[in-house]
Amino acid sequence: MYSNAYIFRYAGVMVILVAAILSSAAMFLKPMQERNEAVDKMQSILSAAGIENVTTENAIELFNNYITDMIVVDNEGNIVDDFKGDGKENSEAFKLNLKEQLYNKSVNKDFKLPLYVLEKDGQKINIIPLRGVGLWGPVWGNIALKNDFNTVVGVTFSHKSETPGLGAEIETPAFESQFPGKTIFNDQGEFVSIGVIKGGVSNFPLDVQRHKVDAITGGTITSNGVNDMIQNVLESYVPYIQKQG
Amino acid sequence: MSTEKQEREPLFSAKNRKLLTNPLSTDNPITVQVLGICSALAVTAKLKPAFVMSLSVIAVIVFANLIISLLRNGIPPRIRIIVQLVVIASLVILVDQILKAFVFDVSKQLSVFVGLIITNCIIMGRLEAFAMGNKPWPSILDGIGNGLGYAWVLIAVGFVRELFGSGTLWGYSVIPETFYNFGYENNGFMILPPMALIIVGIIIWIQRARNPELVEEN
Repeated sequence: MYSNAYIFRYAGVMVILVAAILSSAAMFLKPMQERNEAVDKMQSILSAAGIENVTTENAIELFNNYITDMIVVDNEGNIVDDFKGDGKENSEAFKLNLKEQLYNKSVNKDFKLPLYVLEKDGQKINIIPLRGVGLWGPVWGNIALKNDFNTVVGVTFSHKSETPGLGAEIETPAFESQFPGKTIFNDQGEFVSIGVIKGGVSNFPLDVQRHKVDAITGGTITSNGVNDMIQNVLESYVPYIQKQG
Repeated sequence: MSTEKQEREPLFSAKNRKLLTNPLSTDNPITVQVLGICSALAVTAKLKPAFVMSLSVIAVIVFANLIISLLRNGIPPRIRIIVQLVVIASLVILVDQILKAFVFDVSKQLSVFVGLIITNCIIMGRLEAFAMGNKPWPSILDGIGNGLGYAWVLIAVGFVRELFGSGTLWGYSVIPETFYNFGYENNGFMILPPMALIIVGIIIWIQRARNPELVEEN
């Protein structure tokens, strides 16, 4: 009852129609989506530094009030760009594509990374954005360090598609609250990062505990991803941190 | 064409009510038809994702059923599966795009589920088995019924797994600290996917013990 010509016409019209609907929806909604992503990024940066009551409405304002410097650091530890003043969401540091820069790092090319400096209660806090891979897709977040570039103030993690209840637990307070107080350098001043390990951190000696947090049961690959992400990103800032003396 | 018929048949006739209630028990998509098991294992470690997933599937199944039912007389049978898949996939992507633009928080919760909704065989099963041959209104009811049938099993499994696996419900601790002091421990096995399969198995067992009609004769 249906000729081949009808089937081809039907399929053709359907594909073009669906493509038109989806692409126009994507085009029309893009500005709003990008704004939401920027606001989400600001919320994540601010809450890593322990700033409370950040909502989607006041995020841009709070971000501009709290953040003092939007710095771009190169792979040798030099400051390439330091943005102060208003409109920080348009600064180079905020717009830098972390994925691209970390790719450059992995193939031994020159790279630049952002660093956000925030002032809270007279204390300087340095926030470093993180990006890595989990089990199913990218994981990312922010880690806030005290002025000594050693002690962790707080972290936030997020992910694209980790398994709910398992790997996705990295974005829960239960996981994130393990980080504050940990240190990324040992007593000799060597960089050791913060490890995500199995077997219960409390079973390790004290000098190990300072650099480790517990992994997530059933979320081993995501936990390893977070471990590698922190190591990979933080080590890129070591030249800069050492220059700060 | 369907308005004439609907005037004669009340919206919630006995036949239409059955469309809603059957999938909850004797024709449940998970426990009787054993469809959608993949997502039932993947998202039930906690109650909240199970609930979000249930809502999303209900929404998608209702709209997909409606659209396919409206198109059913024009769809060439030889490419009907492709048409169904295109409808489901574009619906899910469209909803995700809209959520991302207007309620970003909800979309962050959902992003994980998008792929799982598209590949959920309950949705395609209903399109193929029901919406292709029925009018829009019964198709909507069928979608709601099957969505709810899927939802209660997911939520039941999520409830058991979160309670015994993490000692919490909806993220809040419910097992008192004193229990832990007396040596009670969360069952780590509960949060791994195989346990979901066992719980679904137990639900099927209870259901068939109470309703012997469901037991196949060999």
